[in-house]
Amino acid sequence: MTRDMLKVEGLSVRRPGAEVLRNVDLNVGAGEVHALLGLNGSGKTSLALALMGAEGYGPEKGRIHLDGRDITDLSVTERAQLGLTLAWQHPARFEGLMVADYLALGMEEPSRERMQEALEAVALAPRAYMGRAVDTALSGGERKRIELAAVYAMEPRLAILDEPDSGIDVLCLEDVIALIRRMAAGGTSVLLITHRDEMTSVADRASLMCAGTVVETGETQEVRQYFARRCRPHGDLLGSQPWGTLAGGTYQRVVAEEAAGE
Amino acid sequence: MARTSAWSRRRLPVSEAREAARLDVGSGRRDPAWAGEFEAMLDAYEKAGGKPDVLQGKRVASAVISASDVLSVNEVEGVTIEAEGLDDGVRAHITVAPGTKLDHPVHLCFGMTQTEGVQRINSTYEIGEGAEVGFLAHCTFPNAVKLQHIMDAEIHIGAGATMRYREAHYHGPEGGIEVLPTTRARVGEGGRLETEFNLTEGRVGRMAIEFEVDVEAHGVAELIAKAYGSDDDDISVNEVVRLNGEGARGVTKTRVAVRDRAKSEITTTAEGNAPQARGHMDCTEIVRGAAEARNIPIVVVRDDRARVTHEAAIGSVGKKELETLMARGLEEEEAVDVIIRGMLRG
Repeated sequence: MTRDMLKVEGLSVRRPGAEVLRNVDLNVGAGEVHALLGLNGSGKTSLALALMGAEGYGPEKGRIHLDGRDITDLSVTERAQLGLTLAWQHPARFEGLMVADYLALGMEEPSRERMQEALEAVALAPRAYMGRAVDTALSGGERKRIELAAVYAMEPRLAILDEPDSGIDVLCLEDVIALIRRMAAGGTSVLLITHRDEMTSVADRASLMCAGTVVETGETQEVRQYFARRCRPHGDLLGSQPWGTLAGGTYQRVVAEEAAGE
Repeated sequence: MARTSAWSRRRLPVSEAREAARLDVGSGRRDPAWAGEFEAMLDAYEKAGGKPDVLQGKRVASAVISASDVLSVNEVEGVTIEAEGLDDGVRAHITVAPGTKLDHPVHLCFGMTQTEGVQRINSTYEIGEGAEVGFLAHCTFPNAVKLQHIMDAEIHIGAGATMRYREAHYHGPEGGIEVLPTTRARVGEGGRLETEFNLTEGRVGRMAIEFEVDVEAHGVAELIAKAYGSDDDDISVNEVVRLNGEGARGVTKTRVAVRDRAKSEITTTAEGNAPQARGHMDCTEIVRGAAEARNIPIVVVRDDRARVTHEAAIGSVGKKELETLMARGLEEEEAVDVIIRGMLRG
């Protein structure tokens, strides 16, 4: 049995006015690609930010372990230095910071070869991008790919990829999937947050989030089917965040209870 | 009143001046003080980001001015540099003949190696019609404890001419300097003026930039100012762009970071005074610690076919930007520095 690279136990996070994570349990094995599914607003990004230690996402209770070490009380920097990183869903822009410098920031021993390899892995020509700034002149898709390249170049022990497919054209999805495979082959565990069925093909296992908690973990195919059968119709009917005030919280309670009873 | 010192009379090309300096320093012959001063200025020039070797080429127009002494001047075809020492500075008149197009920018080195004193630079730039010229100015005061550097410049850009002026400062670690540049510029029809002022290394001290430019029909003015203040530095930038001719365009871009107890106040005015005039002001200021930043954009439109816009962002470093870099393993202060340096480079 492989050891856990990530182990989350009973994690609850409260943001002003709402409990965004509720008793989350999650395990990601060493070298595993683990997909995290769920409708918009189900808590996936909140979980990603809490795992990374982002400000405002400190746990009310629960613990987070990275490769057996309790990182719950560590800063973002300390977690990153232990080998955890996050590719944001909407990556930040940096005026005047060149792509080459941005890639080098996370690398233990920066090398031009590794940077080129990282850019090529996300189908960007190094010669065209190394000297460009990571600023608003890049399209959303370009910025997203550079974010993935930066994570790849860093060679982390666990990479959280928050919707790496969003904003990227369909033709390039294969590149992203191939990148995730390369990361896993290189020894990086991946927590892959996604909506797309195509993306889950790369995952070894999957978990489903609903109403701020993980309601199902298992074989990817089973969790995908569960997601498609039970969650998608509710999302189509009630909108992306059905447990908001419009639905009076009814949906949140019903789905969570039904999921628990399955 | 003009002063005719031995140094200001001897305006050697830089390459010859450097050779002379080497001879003087090595043998003790002829004005060792001048030779020492020249070498010291070139060292200081390097600290400000300049490349002294560039000054050795005869194909590059240049001038090296220390305090009130013109240490060397090198002219190239189409570029005339007249400089004379004053009691407390230098008067310089630079003329670029019509149609002149230079492959290399004119290099200017201003500064003082003393700890105290005043340097006043009165300069005029005449850029002839259709000329295209760049200037690379380095102002260096590496030992400043109580210094004043006062610049008063007049710039006239002829029709269809382009002038690119880039100025970088280095003030040393003490912060005991006042930099007070005042510029009045006029851009002729279809002309172009691009300026970039950089004070991002060493202490700022007190800096008050006053810049006003009048732009005629289809002319362009782009003004960029960047500064990084710390301790009790005081930064003030006041820019006025008057878009007087039809289709005139103007952009001001200001990037300032202040930390500790430093203060910055950026006032930019853009006037749309003619049909299809377009102006834009873009200011970003980052504040850390107990520093204070202000931005005052003033928009004036006197023609209903003109348009002037402004954008400003003032505050701390963005949380997301910070956490993105920290998620790559950078300490918080390192991340802040990367963000600020990037902004000042951008």
